[in-house]
This record gives sequence, C-alpha cells and structure tokens, in this order.
Amino acid sequence: MQEYEVIIIGAGVSGCAAARELSRYDVKVCVLEKEEDVCCGTSKANSGIVHAGYDAPVGSLKAQMNLRGNEMMEKLAEELDIPFVRNGSLVVCRSEEDMPKLRELYDRGIANGVKGLQILGREEVLAKEPNVTEEVYAALYAPTGGIVCPFELNIALAENAYANGAEFRFGTEVQEIRRLEEGYELVTDQGIFRAGFVVNAAGVYADRFHNMVSGRKIEITARRGDYCLLDKSAGNHVKSTIFTLPGKFGKGVLVAPTAHGNLILGPTAIDIEDKEGTNTTREGLDQVLERVGMNAKNLPMRQVITSFAGLRAHEKNDEFVIEELEDAPGFIDCAGIESPGLTSCPAVGERIAGILRERMGLTEKKDFISVRKGILKPVTLPKEERARLIKENPAYGNIICRCEMITEGEIIDAIRRPLGARSLDGVKRRTRAGMGRCQAGFCSPRVMEILAREWDIDIRDVTKSGGASKVLAGTNKDIL
Amino acid sequence: MEEKNLICINCPLGCMLTVAMDGKKIVSVAGNTCRRGDTYARKELTNPTRIVTSTVRVLGGSESMVSVKTKEDIPKGKVLECVRALKDVVLPAPVKIGDVILEDAAGTGVSIVATKNVQ
Amino acid sequence: MNNQLSADIVIIGGGPAGLAAAVAAKKNGIDRILILERDRELGGILNQCIHNGFGLHTFKEELTGPEYAARFIGQILELNIAYKLNTMVMDISRDKVVTAMNREEGLFEVRAGAVILAMGCRERPRGALNIPGFRPAGIFSAGTAQRLVNMEGYLPGREVVILGSGDIGLIMARRMTLEGAKVKVVAELMPYSGGLKRNIVQCLDDYGIPLKLSHTVVDIKGKERLEGITLAEVDGRGKPIPGTEEFYSCDTLLLSVGLIPENELSAGMGVELNPVTSGPRVNESLETNIEGVFACGNVLHVHDLVDFVSEEAAAAGKNAAAYVRAAKETAGRAAERASFPAVRLTVGTGVRYTVPETICAERMDEHQTVRFRVGGVYKNCYVSVYFDGERISRRKKAVVAPGEMEEIMLTKKQLMEYPDLKEINVRIEEA
Repeated sequence: MQEYEVIIIGAGVSGCAAARELSRYDVKVCVLEKEEDVCCGTSKANSGIVHAGYDAPVGSLKAQMNLRGNEMMEKLAEELDIPFVRNGSLVVCRSEEDMPKLRELYDRGIANGVKGLQILGREEVLAKEPNVTEEVYAALYAPTGGIVCPFELNIALAENAYANGAEFRFGTEVQEIRRLEEGYELVTDQGIFRAGFVVNAAGVYADRFHNMVSGRKIEITARRGDYCLLDKSAGNHVKSTIFTLPGKFGKGVLVAPTAHGNLILGPTAIDIEDKEGTNTTREGLDQVLERVGMNAKNLPMRQVITSFAGLRAHEKNDEFVIEELEDAPGFIDCAGIESPGLTSCPAVGERIAGILRERMGLTEKKDFISVRKGILKPVTLPKEERARLIKENPAYGNIICRCEMITEGEIIDAIRRPLGARSLDGVKRRTRAGMGRCQAGFCSPRVMEILAREWDIDIRDVTKSGGASKVLAGTNKDIL
Repeated sequence: MEEKNLICINCPLGCMLTVAMDGKKIVSVAGNTCRRGDTYARKELTNPTRIVTSTVRVLGGSESMVSVKTKEDIPKGKVLECVRALKDVVLPAPVKIGDVILEDAAGTGVSIVATKNVQ
Repeated sequence: MNNQLSADIVIIGGGPAGLAAAVAAKKNGIDRILILERDRELGGILNQCIHNGFGLHTFKEELTGPEYAARFIGQILELNIAYKLNTMVMDISRDKVVTAMNREEGLFEVRAGAVILAMGCRERPRGALNIPGFRPAGIFSAGTAQRLVNMEGYLPGREVVILGSGDIGLIMARRMTLEGAKVKVVAELMPYSGGLKRNIVQCLDDYGIPLKLSHTVVDIKGKERLEGITLAEVDGRGKPIPGTEEFYSCDTLLLSVGLIPENELSAGMGVELNPVTSGPRVNESLETNIEGVFACGNVLHVHDLVDFVSEEAAAAGKNAAAYVRAAKETAGRAAERASFPAVRLTVGTGVRYTVPETICAERMDEHQTVRFRVGGVYKNCYVSVYFDGERISRRKKAVVAPGEMEEIMLTKKQLMEYPDLKEINVRIEEA
C-alpha cells in the first residue's frame, strides 16, 4: 500500500495543471494514470485553441476559468517553454438576420471581461482574412484568442510538476474508491493507494469516480469531435482562428492554424455511448468537410494528412464542476472539463490548488522551480550554434523524421527526460517525429530502433501507444 | 476435353486465355491477341515456373538481412518449400552478390544466391 | 559559415535517378560531382525492392532491385564520383547553395554550378484518404512494411488486408505470404488494378489471394492493435454503397494508395510545380524554371519502371553537364535561353500530363522523348500528336492504362519543319 496526501486521478491537462500548482506547496502528491503516458485522453485530441472567453454564460465558472486561463497562458507558456501564439479569432456571421446573435456574443464577451472585442464589417474581415467565405456579413474579432500545442502544454505541466516533487504512476487504473474514516483508499490494478484528498480529473470517466463516493450522481457524456489536419503547406490559409456563429452543438466547425503551422478543421459534436469511442466515422468526417465551407473558401483539401477524433467530457448542466463534494469531504471534482478546458487549465489547476491549500493549510515551498526547459529544437537555432551543437552531440546532425526535420538528438532527449516517451506516440507528441506529411512512413522503423535501444528492450516490444499496441508481430519466417 | 482459363501476363491488355486440353496435352489456345499469349499459356499450363526472392539473416554485417533469389526459375509447386529451406539459414558477413547461399534448393537442382552486398 | 564546399553538379538523392544522373554527367565530362543521400547507403528504394523484374530494358536481363542498384553503385565507385551518406539536405537557395547536415560534418554548405533534383517520392498516408475508424498499431504504408520485412527482417503482422493494388501492394501480398503471414484480400478502389498483370497473376493468383475491385476500407476496428477492417463496394464515383459492407478480421492493414513526389525542397527554392504530377515543370532539358536546376525520376513524375527512371536521369545528367560546360565557356547562356522560343506541350482527351512541358527546337537533341500518363483505360486507341491543330502522327495502341507510363518520340527535324509552331497537343483518340 502506498500513501500520499493528495492523489490526482488522470494525467490529462487538468490533472497535470493541478499537480503543477500543488507542487508549489509542501505536499506529497501522486498522479495516477491508466494509460502509459500523460495526455492520452481528451487532452490529446482537441483544437488546441485558447479561447477568448465570449462563449460561456455570464457569471458561470466556465467563463471565469476561461478568462483567467487565457490571461495566465502567456506567462505559463513562457515558463514552460511551449509554443503559444495570440493569433486572434473571428466568429463569422453570414447574414444580417444573424447579427443580433453576433451582438449577443459581443455583449456577453464584454460582460465576461474579454478585452479588445470588435465587430468587423465584411470588407474588414476579408482584408484581414482573404480566405474567409465570400458570404461573410460581419464577424466578431477577439484579439486575445490564441493557439497552443495541447501535447506540449500537457507534457510540460507534468514535467514541471515532477521536477517539483509530484509523482506519476502510469499504467495504473483506479478500479474502486473506498471511503475511509479519514481520506480514501483507491484500489488500482497496481495495488492500493491511500490519500487524505483525491482530485478527480478523470475526463470522460469523472462521473464513475464521483459516483463511487457521492450520493448526488453526476453524468458525463462523451461528446465526440472529428477533425481533419492539413499539411503545413496549407498552414497559412488563415492566420486567425475562424469560427462560425454558435449553433445548437457548440461552436460549429472551426478553421485554424495550429501552433506548429498545420491547418486544423473541426470538430463535430456527436454524443456517443462508448467512452473509448475515439474512432472517426464517415458521417463525422463528411460533416467536417461540409461545414468547414461555411466559414472559409479555397481550402486545399488535397493537403489533408490525417484525421482523428477526440471525446469531450460533457456534463449535462454544461458547466465545469470544480469543487469539494459536500457529501464526500476531501474529494475534489474536476469534472465536465470540455471546451474551453484547454484554455482554462492553468486556472483550473490554480483553483484546485487553492481549494486544497485552504483545506489542508498548505504552505509554499521556497525552492519551487517555475521554469521548465523544453526539448531543444535545433531548427530554432542560428546556423552557427546549430553547427556547434552537432559537433558536441552528433545525434543532432542525424535527421530521423524527414517531414518535420526532427533529429535523433531530440528523440533521445524526449525518451531520457523525466516522464520520458516510451512509445512511438510518446515520441511523436514530444518531438513531432511522425506527425508530418508522410505520417511516420519513413521514420517509424528508425524511431522504433531508438526506443528499443534507449529502453533496452527488444524492438518487437516497442508499442505505438503502450498496452497491446505492439508495432511488430514477429520475424521473417518465424512461423513458416 | 478440358478447358482451362488464365490471364495473359505479357502486357496490360490481360487477355483472358481459354486453353483446350486433352489430359496433359494442349489442343488449342484461344482469346489471345498476339503470339506471346499462346506461348505463355502453353508454358504456364505444362511447366509453370517462378523466380523466388527472399531474405536471409546475416550476422556481424552492416545490415541484418541480405536479399536472395533462386538463380533460375523453379517449378511453381516448389516455391513454398524453397522458402522454408531458408528459414534457419544464417550467414556470416560479408556476403557478395552471387554468393551461393543454398545449393539444390528443395531438390530443384537450382541454387539460391545473394542479390546484395553486405559488408 | 566557415564550412563551404563547392561542386559543378550537386545531386540531391542517391537513388536510381541520382545515380544514373551522376554517371551520365561524369561521362559527359564533369568531374566535380557530389551526390547527397539521406539514407545509410546508395540505391534508394531499390534496396528494399528485393523482387525481380528490374533492368529488362537497361541491362537486357532480369535483376532484383538491389542487383540493379549495385550495377549503378559499381559505376559510381569506378568513376570515382563523390557522395555523402546519412546526409540530409535542409535547404537549397535560388542561387544554388545547398545546405546539408550529417553527424560527422554537422551543417555545411555546397555551392553548386548545377543542381539535379532526384529526391524520389513518398507514399500517400492513410490520412490522405480520410479512412474513418480507430487509429491503432498495425496500419502501415506498403513501403514501410516492405522496409521492415526486406531490410530489417521483421514481420509487421500475421493476418493482412491490403488496400490498393498498385505494384507495391501486390508485391507485398506475395512477400508477406512467403514470410508466413496470411493475406486475406487486396481491395482496390478503382474498377481496374493499378498494377502489372504479371503481378496480379504471380503475387495474388499464385497464392489464392482475392482481388476486390471497386472496393475500399470504410471502417477500422481496434483501439490498441488493429482487430479488423470493413470493406465496402463503391459506386462509379468512389462512394461506398450501403449494404455491401463486409468485415475482415486482421491485425495488419497495408496501404498502397499512391505515391507523391517529394518536392518540399524544390518548392522551397522557388521551383514551379505542376499540380497534376506534383513534380517540377521542366523543359526539353529536364530543366526547371530555375536555370541550372534539373529534375528527374520520381521527384519529377512517378514512374512505373526503374529502367525509365535511369533513362530519364541519364538525360538530366547529360543536360546538366552541358549546362555546366556552357556556363564555363560563355557567360551568355541566359541571353541565349531567352532568344529561342519554346513550344508548349498541352494535353488533350485522355492524357493527364506530359514531361517535358515545353520544347525548344533549337536546343533539343535529334530525338526527344515525351512521357505521359493517361487518365483511364482505353482499348484499341490511337496516341495522336497535333502541331497547332494539325495531326502529325498517330500510333495504334491495343491498350493504354493509368498504371503504365506512355511515351512519344519527337524529332528535331519535325519541329524544324514548323518554324512558327506554338503548341504541341498529345491526346488519345478512338480507333
């Protein structure tokens, strides 16, 4: 049995933000994650958008977290050495009739405290974004909208929490939570854990854990979003994030550049029964392709390099639930964190740490390390420095991923650093090796070699994403 | 009299050939557009043969596998047996193109040779 | 940078195109040639194509891929042509400074008199087809699987479905079978196979592997490792027909769904690309819009036979050599280039593109090969050539198909007879 003061269930962006904020204090924290890595659920498959904050209802926790998260993101990105761009966002209105809705959005944004909002006329919009649909009538412009790399944000939060003493247990699935006289006992497939306080950041499964300890049941629905990703050659198609005026199901389909210069289209919003249902469907992808035409034109659809689907953890009251349960003291929910969850995560972490600080009487550490150094990207260095780097470490002269120009040095760094990559996807999310236009066709055999060498395992045991996802089945003629 | 159908492989036209056979004897070939179809059908139905290519493990070389082939074509029915005969073959490096890897593969009288240089 | 080299001709890529171009350039009198290859050996994709069927045109005998490569590598060594392995070209500037990198030398620059682009192509990934479903382990492009099996000795899976009946897909069906896997079916979106008849018979029929034409994958099952796929028949526009779905359990899906020339470097230096081929636009010398920058092989347009790659690359090598010599002898080539009018090659019914896209009668050799591909299967047709609307030749063909490259030959004499010629049109006509 293992004991901690706080156990966080889930190493997604909310769980890791909470872990990082808690690691400012003198407290023994452990994050339990059922997958082999951080960022394997909702956090890995979303738009990567930092929302300005005009969507959520005035006075809601969502609105509050969104604004605060957006405001914090700049400094956080700097501290954690991750890409973040305030590229601005536009909500496209296509007819005069819809103008009241656009104004409503503007008014809500103002009431929520969003800065710099402006309603732009057709010509202003087209001057700003020539590839917006010809049918644009007006648009709401929010200069504080941004884009961030969700993988790097999640990974960086975890690494920084780890550097400050938070522990992480991967491949550890919580199966049962028992209430003790003081605190909780968590039965996992890797043994029993105990903690006085539990943070439930389990994404689409947050209802399961909540309902294990509370009489007031909640329900989280998995709401699937299908996306298409285009090659970097299409990344300049738009500069801002382009939304359509919200309809019944969220914000419609957006077109946006990603923090790494691809173009992303999506998502759909399809409620499903299966909380593991991250499969795209024909209908879903067709819907993306159909709807994306509502806000942008001339999209180079031949440049699609991949499609994927993610699940939002939708709570039926459409609100974030971040609070200690009244009927389960010491159990803190972090549930229903759907859009704008990524934007909000810094604030969500802060709020959870705040709740625990009060309840536990935590004191700040003197030696908190606020900065984390990302994986060194030689491509960002001036030529001379890059040449020097290769001289010092020739692995930085060996390109493994041709499409994204990722070197062996970066891949080794991704594997060797704390909470390092164990699988092809782990390497991909940390370095972008395999994320380019050939989608790992050329580099996967070589990344597998490096993973096998660095972890000292047989190459046949290398996985795509942990568990049973082995890439190779055997050797030539082995069963002939 | 028996009729057999096969597709001619000589060009993209892919003529559907109909061959009339009397036991093992070919009586006529129909459906071909050119003479190559006739020749192909007669060979393929009386004595079909294939060149077989495969890989063999190499120890201590710059590569872990070396590609190999049957030096000449072998009867089609012997292909799998021939590949199985390579299952446990391991070669020490270096290997040169043309090196004989296995003689008389699967009793065909044909040897298997390396098709790549491995240092 | 203190690390600058120079060469008369820098060749980007040491695959079949780069090797043939280098040999031809050397034989045409250029000594300072440098080949930059990103892989650990010369030969490119030929090293993993261990099947036979290469070289019937070039060497008049049937070779395997590695043997074909070895013939050219042998010439490179004999002719003492310089090359660097494990070297990635990062960037080429418009004035032909090539920036490259490897472990030993770090970043370095090569100032080139002429550049030959010979980077080859890559495979279209699953994402480009937008196949719905999960994204488990066990989905490979056919070429990746080919590398794993043929060069590294690893079997990617035991039960295999292959999507796409191009030659790589067909060849891999046989390879996987002969290494102990069970290939359940090969599905092809089009109503015809993109591969050679010979491969359909010898790679599928020989092993009883069914080929399903007008079929595609409509769903992928399996969260961690692939568990199965669903095939469905498609209608004339490639849309799946509801009710025709059929599930195949399998742990591996190989995709052989097309090749894309790798022109990121070319585009980066300002080379104009043809949207149909995704390769550079070239003139009769295989020279791009940037003077002294040539292209050949699969980076120019995807070929069906390596023999034609070698032939085309040899022409590029020879032309690059002539360019380098002329540039040394006279500084006035640019003026000369502008003074000769170029004739445009255009495509008519059935023809998707031509390489080259322009021809200059004054500069061309006695004979000029024009290569092209057709957009559909045509039986009993003519390949016709029109000079400004007047038919000057037609050749009867029993069949033309998209999977096979076609060519016509133009002569200098022909073009000289039409001094005011503006346009040469190539088209398929019914007999």
